[in-house]
Amino acid sequence: MNKIVIENLTLHYSDGTESLKNISLNIAANAITVLLGPAGGGKSSLLRVLNRLNDLADVEEVSGRVLLDEVDILDPKTDVIALRRRVGMVFARPVVLPFSIRGNLTYGLELAGERDPVVLEEAVERSLQQAALWDEVKDRLNDPAVALSGGQQQRLCLARSLVLKPEVILLDEPTSGLDPISTGKVETSLEELKKQYTIVLVPHSIQQAARTADYAAFFLQGELIEFAVGKDLFVKPRDKRTQDYIEGRFG
Amino acid sequence: MRNKATSLSWIEFLITRLVKASGYSAIVFVGLIFFFLMGEGLPALAETSLSSLLSTRWYPIEGYYGLLPLIGGSLVVTLGATLVAVPVGIGTAVFISEIAPRWLREILKPLVEVLGGFPSVVLGFLGVLVLSPFLREFLGLPTGLTALAGSLLLGGIAIPTVVSVAEDALDAVPRSYRDAALALGATQWQTIWRVTLPAARSGVLTAVMLGVGRAIGETMAVMMVTGNAPVLRLGLEALFMPTRTMTATIAAEMGEVANGSEHYHVLFLIGIALFLISLAINVTASALVFRQHKRSERILS
Repeated sequence: MNKIVIENLTLHYSDGTESLKNISLNIAANAITVLLGPAGGGKSSLLRVLNRLNDLADVEEVSGRVLLDEVDILDPKTDVIALRRRVGMVFARPVVLPFSIRGNLTYGLELAGERDPVVLEEAVERSLQQAALWDEVKDRLNDPAVALSGGQQQRLCLARSLVLKPEVILLDEPTSGLDPISTGKVETSLEELKKQYTIVLVPHSIQQAARTADYAAFFLQGELIEFAVGKDLFVKPRDKRTQDYIEGRFG
Repeated sequence: MRNKATSLSWIEFLITRLVKASGYSAIVFVGLIFFFLMGEGLPALAETSLSSLLSTRWYPIEGYYGLLPLIGGSLVVTLGATLVAVPVGIGTAVFISEIAPRWLREILKPLVEVLGGFPSVVLGFLGVLVLSPFLREFLGLPTGLTALAGSLLLGGIAIPTVVSVAEDALDAVPRSYRDAALALGATQWQTIWRVTLPAARSGVLTAVMLGVGRAIGETMAVMMVTGNAPVLRLGLEALFMPTRTMTATIAAEMGEVANGSEHYHVLFLIGIALFLISLAINVTASALVFRQHKRSERILS
């Protein structure tokens, strides 16, 4: 089943930097879809379209359709705030907000109007469990979140987006600043999470892409070069450019 | 070859010394000013009795040197100016940095900085000719030259300082903070209020303190519009009556006192009081900022 259907999406920034050229792509539910390619290829731009975080950037032109459960989210009438609660995002660098660990997690729920302390506590524990962080922080939820290590902060950010029970999770190089052990933990939690969520991942290495991908899309300079199921893209790429990239000849 | 190396190290030596000398001279000058101020001001404490200094009457010709009306005048005007400058200043800074489109930001930011460099005498003129007649008619006062006029004018003078410094602080907050809050479903306003402003807290606080400092040290404009009546008033009426600040008193009377007289020493004593007040403001500000730094350092270590 396709959770997100992207049809002929084209995007230009007003300073002419990165852009997307006529992208059509289906993102399956309950699977990890990996977007890979060299920097400047449009992967982050695409992610930022999916939760309309591009609204504040200087986007000159967006055309095409992005259907989430068959509703076009590019429609100007879309409730962007509600959309962002359904489509959570984790960034390359962990951005913990200047609150406590618990405060970071409850913030999104409080914004959504949740006040019941029982519900909040449950959500905090559930999301930390899902992000494989609960055991490490359960005794110090009131400590400032900046006190956590980089790997813990990134898992906290993952937990923070999970707390809202989103349907889709976008991850933009979530492990680029992490050590191999923390990276492993994040990848393990993603494997677990895909049972409930739709995951779109921009990996920070080709190896990570190969480890995690259920579906893989290769982007080069704003174009979708190749889209394949499972490990096919890594084992037998159809396009010469894809092959060159995954074999490390450029990028 | 060898010669060249020697001359290079000489230049290096000279430049290091020059930089060091200018650094130390700044400290020396401040120290000298401080000692001069103390030397000229402290004798007042011996010449004039403390009860006279703490009385409510300032009438130097007959030997009344009560400082309370001047301190009161300064406090009222500064407080009023702060109440004007802080909300408007921070609001403008938020608008410029967070809400205004890029082209408007690029016009507003330099404009604010130009306003910050406006000579205060010119603004004083505006105060006398426009602001105070307006207040007199609008509020039905006997005169528009009041503490309120001073507060509004000083507030206006302090706004560019507050805006400029607070905007820099907001601008320095990483974009990723805003993205993170927005991605959680925060509205733009919620992001500004709960994430961006708290993250820029120390810079915004510095902006407020600099604004207050600007207001309390301002002389010309405030002397022109506050009516020059050194009378201590309590309660709300203080705002709608003429008053006189410490700075205005020094500026108005320093030219007419006999060098070394009691009056002369008391004027310097006022200078010391001003110095202590702005020192207290600065120390409080840096203590607040420092405490936050220490907390985050402790956390990061």
